[in-house]
Amino acid sequence: MYKLLLAWRYLKTRYIALASIVSVTLGVATLIVVNAVMAGFTSEMKDRLHGVLSDVEIKSPTSRGILNSDAYLAKVKDMYGDRLEAATPIVRCPAILNFQFRGQMINQQVLLVGIDDATYSAVSDYRKYLLNEENRQQPDFELKESGYDPRLQNAGWEHRRNQVAAERKLQEQINEFRYGKKVEQVKQSVIPRVTEPVDDGVLVPLPDQAPSLETEDKSLVILDSSRPEQKPVAIDPYSEARAPIENDFDPMKHHHVGIVLGMAIAHQKARDPQTGEVRDIFLCRPGDDVQITMPATNGPGGNLRPASAICTVVDFYESKMHQYDASFAFMPLGELQRIRGMISDDGQASVTGMQLKFAEGENLDQVRTELTTAFPPMIHGFQIQTWEDIQRPMLAAVELEITLLNILLFLIIAVAGFGILAIFFMIVVEKTRDIGILKALGAPSRGVLSIFLSYGLSLGIVGSGVGTLLGLLFVININRIARVIEWMTGREVFDPTVYYFSEIPTILNPLTIVMVALGATLIAVMASVLPSFRASRLHPVEALRYE
Amino acid sequence: MPRPTVLSKRSIVKVLKPEPEPASDPILVTRGICKSYRKGKLEVPVLKGVDMQIPAGKLTAIVGQSGSGKSTLLHLLATLDEPDDGQIHFGDRRIDNLNRREKDRIRNQSIGIIFQFYHLLPELTTIENVLVPKMISENVFSFWRNKRRHREKAAHLLELVGLGHRLNHKPCELSGGEMQRVAIARSLISSPQILLADEPTGNLDQENGEEIMTLLKNLNQDDELTIVMVTHDNEIADDADHTIRLESGIVARRIAA
Repeated sequence: MYKLLLAWRYLKTRYIALASIVSVTLGVATLIVVNAVMAGFTSEMKDRLHGVLSDVEIKSPTSRGILNSDAYLAKVKDMYGDRLEAATPIVRCPAILNFQFRGQMINQQVLLVGIDDATYSAVSDYRKYLLNEENRQQPDFELKESGYDPRLQNAGWEHRRNQVAAERKLQEQINEFRYGKKVEQVKQSVIPRVTEPVDDGVLVPLPDQAPSLETEDKSLVILDSSRPEQKPVAIDPYSEARAPIENDFDPMKHHHVGIVLGMAIAHQKARDPQTGEVRDIFLCRPGDDVQITMPATNGPGGNLRPASAICTVVDFYESKMHQYDASFAFMPLGELQRIRGMISDDGQASVTGMQLKFAEGENLDQVRTELTTAFPPMIHGFQIQTWEDIQRPMLAAVELEITLLNILLFLIIAVAGFGILAIFFMIVVEKTRDIGILKALGAPSRGVLSIFLSYGLSLGIVGSGVGTLLGLLFVININRIARVIEWMTGREVFDPTVYYFSEIPTILNPLTIVMVALGATLIAVMASVLPSFRASRLHPVEALRYE
Repeated sequence: MPRPTVLSKRSIVKVLKPEPEPASDPILVTRGICKSYRKGKLEVPVLKGVDMQIPAGKLTAIVGQSGSGKSTLLHLLATLDEPDDGQIHFGDRRIDNLNRREKDRIRNQSIGIIFQFYHLLPELTTIENVLVPKMISENVFSFWRNKRRHREKAAHLLELVGLGHRLNHKPCELSGGEMQRVAIARSLISSPQILLADEPTGNLDQENGEEIMTLLKNLNQDDELTIVMVTHDNEIADDADHTIRLESGIVARRIAA
């Protein structure tokens, strides 16, 4: 009884001891916040990685690819039955993307993915990451009239029509200026873009020098009759790369093969130097034409040759994983197979991989092992990986980071433990006489020991309790706090030009919170063990003589 | 400890040193108590064979100059310390060789102790200080069950020592005399058989000292409580029924009141 009473009274009257547990409080609060934010980030990242990658992927790195993918998929379906929720064949190859921005060529290396738009969405979150409303419902490779993300003004058909009209007009002016006569016919083409659309939809012609530079380009049709021996150069710089165009192709009404580009390929965020506002800058938009160049063969397993195609950007893909947004470009599977020469003479098309999605809760590691057994690499040459295998280095790095942070922060609490130890020794010295009195009144050593142990316990509980509360409050209000800090310092906590998320993701794991609070309390108790032993071993006569 | 040995030893001592006045049965008997303190390598003998008897129901004063070992003797009587040699008998029990737990119980329930510097716990109120021995002897549940009875008894004791109006004051709000009275109330809460007082008036002015002495004498006379009081003040010792004078670690002579 006296133990609890005294521990309680000591707790209420010894402010220095409460001060010593502030570091426990801060440590606990920090641990909770860091764990919540890291869990939030990790979970968001895993969701995105998983969403981009599908559960299991069977890849064939050979140039021949997988010829009879349907047979393999049927076998996988046999193995797993209903547990296999969806499967889709894909073609993946490295490619170079060219497009023009303000009269300049921009080259980007991309990972071209040929997908079957009907089934691909079933294995991954592809659909969710598209910027067009209709495509998010039912993705296809058709340019849409409207319904694009609010950031994408002037996108879609209207943008294409404006663009083509402006180019034609400009071309007329150029020809008029150079040759003094009107060019009657401007062939449908992708003329170097010489206008820059701005947000209010008005096309602003560039200064006169810019097009004059372009005129040196071979891409202009030279109709000067004084040089008849010269073979007219096509106005279309990509004409050789393009598939035969029907005569009635009108860029006002038609578009080339659709392509979905990763957002980061054509998009940048930049801060306006005057206002400090963050603006979205698009190097190209849905409706623009781009050229794509990739390795191809003449039929499956044939010799390698480069192939090119003109495509029309129909949408952007924004998974908010920069790694993917900066490299992925999606095309219709059939078109890509045709361009790359992956269709054999008998009409059989090969693919480079198959993506599988399994029912929730399926052990993917086991699936990988089983599939590897079913299709031995030595025979089929397949590479079978789960999404976690593919992202192993990144996931492992993040896990290591979380572990290290936890160790470091727990060390902070351990350091606080030594503070408690020192303060406790002080209190025991201060309370020596009281300990003598208690012993003189018949209190056993065990009782004195438990006074100080329960004092340490209550300090630990108070410290970790307040810390937990602080941490939870911080996590719950983390976005508000970030805004307050932004308002106070005038700087954004998470620079939107660097980070994709607008809200800081957090996940509170009850088990983690309990473990952290218990661990901190345990440290406080452990720090009080040594001083408590010292107190309990004090000789009553010595203690009473102490003044 | 086998009892026959104890008895035979005691009887031998009795034969050698017959008691001059067996006025009443002795409640506390010491035989050849020796105690020395070590200061580094130097051994300082404090008590060199103290034989004495404390009669039950009397007020006994132990006097002596400072350094004569009276406080050490009192600590030994209170089982706060162990003698190097000799025996202490409390009632019919030998108490100097008990284990720690039994000593704790005797201190808690059979012996009341008051000190020169009162030694109250500063964090607790007056009544809580008085209740401390009860809190020590009982666990949380039985204390809570008997809480009202204990509080009534503590309040009654405080009333007895004249502090009925100061139940919820902290020791720092009390005067020295009041604190000593709280200490007396605390020593009485377990209804002890004997009260050991170590210079109870040593830190008080004359008026307060006299009040405390009156209180102790009343307790002795009205309740027949055995009181052993250590003092260096001969005047106070004169009020006692018996005086035991310690000189250089042994009993010098015994004076009848």
